[in-house]
Amino acid sequence: MSWLPVACLLTPLLTAVAVFGSPRNRKLRGLLSIGGAVVLLLLAIWQLMRVSSAGALVVQPGGWKAPFGITLVADNLAAMLVLATAAIAVAITSFALHDIDEFRAEAGFDGFVHVVLTGVVGAFLTGDVFNLYVWFEVMLIGSFALMTLGAGKRQLDGAVKYIALNLVSTVLMLTAIGLLHGLAGTLNLADLHQVMAARENDSLALVVGALFLVAFGIKAAIFPVFSWLPASYHTVPITVSALFAALMTKVGIYALLRIGTLVFGMELASAASLMMALAVLTLLMGVAGALAETSLRRLAAWQVMISVGFLLLGVALGTPAGLAAALFYFVHGMLAKAALLLIIGLGERVGMAERLAESGGVAQLKPWLAAAYLFTALSLAGIPPTAGFWAKLAFVEAGLGADAGTAGTVLIVALVVASLLGLLPLMRIWNEAFCKPSPAGFAPAAPGQVPIHTPSASIFALVSLVGVSALIGIWPTLLHSLAEAAAVGISTPAEYVQVVLGIKPEAGS
Amino acid sequence: MNSVVLTTVARLLVGVMLLFSLFLLWRGHNEPGGGFIGGLVAAAAFVVYTLATSPREARALLHADPGLVAVIGLAIATASGLLSALAGKAFLSGLWVFLGASETSKGLALGTPLIFDLGVYLAVVGGVAAMVLALEESES
Repeated sequence: MSWLPVACLLTPLLTAVAVFGSPRNRKLRGLLSIGGAVVLLLLAIWQLMRVSSAGALVVQPGGWKAPFGITLVADNLAAMLVLATAAIAVAITSFALHDIDEFRAEAGFDGFVHVVLTGVVGAFLTGDVFNLYVWFEVMLIGSFALMTLGAGKRQLDGAVKYIALNLVSTVLMLTAIGLLHGLAGTLNLADLHQVMAARENDSLALVVGALFLVAFGIKAAIFPVFSWLPASYHTVPITVSALFAALMTKVGIYALLRIGTLVFGMELASAASLMMALAVLTLLMGVAGALAETSLRRLAAWQVMISVGFLLLGVALGTPAGLAAALFYFVHGMLAKAALLLIIGLGERVGMAERLAESGGVAQLKPWLAAAYLFTALSLAGIPPTAGFWAKLAFVEAGLGADAGTAGTVLIVALVVASLLGLLPLMRIWNEAFCKPSPAGFAPAAPGQVPIHTPSASIFALVSLVGVSALIGIWPTLLHSLAEAAAVGISTPAEYVQVVLGIKPEAGS
Repeated sequence: MNSVVLTTVARLLVGVMLLFSLFLLWRGHNEPGGGFIGGLVAAAAFVVYTLATSPREARALLHADPGLVAVIGLAIATASGLLSALAGKAFLSGLWVFLGASETSKGLALGTPLIFDLGVYLAVVGGVAAMVLALEESES
């Protein structure tokens, strides 16, 4: 029995409690929030080291053994994603310190950020489908609060779209869970794997699988249920956009991956071509949206959708190499998307406007911000030696693998087309916002004039994200081996099942 | 709301509902009931009181800020789960004291699940009250 997964779960929860219970002081609450995120980061590093050296950590809260209790499982995949979440959390909470206004801070903004983090970490760590639903709810409650806090009319407009579609998704998910329980009589993922493996060609199982696909598809903004994403991310404070862009859609993909491999191992194989079609359409829709977009923040939201498409490509391919590539991209995408949003947030103070055409001059005012953008854009596009290059290289290698077949060819073609076309909107931001002369009101500081100050906590947030991304680019082996271990873990679930249910492996097998 | 019937009945009703919510909380120990449903009934009592009087009087009834009540509840629930660490058991394991136990009867069983339920009760009451008050106050 290890306390590490419990500690990872309770740290953001207790931080939220501490923030809500503390005096309404913006600085104090911000620092509490950063402190909680740093503790979570340390715990997550420790947990990942334990998991990679000694195998998955399993906790049976209350001493109720699986499949009767609710199990927490930190396997390679979960531990890696909790660490990525923690890293994002440190950057986002640091950025929030100066980005969030007095009113929002007093209403408990930092607390709600940690409520969202609790939900995300819980969703990654849980080994039970109903518990997964509960963590989704926790995450949604936090995200609804962040979306509507301090709401102007414009912000509420985005929030209503987000909430409506997410509620539909949640109801579908709950329906699917109810049906699944009626079908299998259990909701423990490891137990479900054994029960469902014995039911081949079950049409009811297919219905449940389809319901889960739609439910998680909405969360992940997969084609054709993506419309809430570009409609809602641009109306909230940039800290919230960055948090959501890095985490929210990714949790949907994670749930799809986990439930798909553990519960619907058989059905997923037969749905591979459908998944591939959805992946390609998501990718193309994201690219088309980004190409046509004139608003800066909405363009960033389309970028999030492009990354969802790439992730799905790997998931749809389904081979261990494809999953490993997707997981590598998963972490890279989280870092790069958060960095992109933070750059826009900082840029908006020095000449970026909501409409791209009205922006300009950022490179002249803040050369280092331009450098950070250029690096992030190259990473998103996949130019060596950035992390994005290694991610796309892994995809191509997976597509060329002997077990990939025609799907592999489709993957490579889609990847190349989307990468080339995806470069255009990124370059357009560079030309319009960074290189063009400043718009009126943001003229470069005349001699003697005080330049616009950027707080050091915000710079730290951006530098840490870009720095980690650069480290992955220089030394991709570590992340690659972690992603491979996680991919092997999910494509051969027998080990997961054994650890959770406490079955001794049979001799010789 | 300006209704003589409601304001008259509310005073009686609120007391009965609060008692019933405590009964549900206690009953949840071994039978259907518990902190969540008890908390909802208590919150319903609070809503009746708010509608019958005014948000300001409702705040006075609660004495504390509803958000703070919810946070304290959350902290109590979490702490009850962590108590099992002191006994070297898994997170959220129940620890029990049997008051007046004899050979024939278990006596009065008191345990950490009751503390957990109490935390949930407070979290639900505080959370719902905070939401209802926010809506009522923005109207007036």
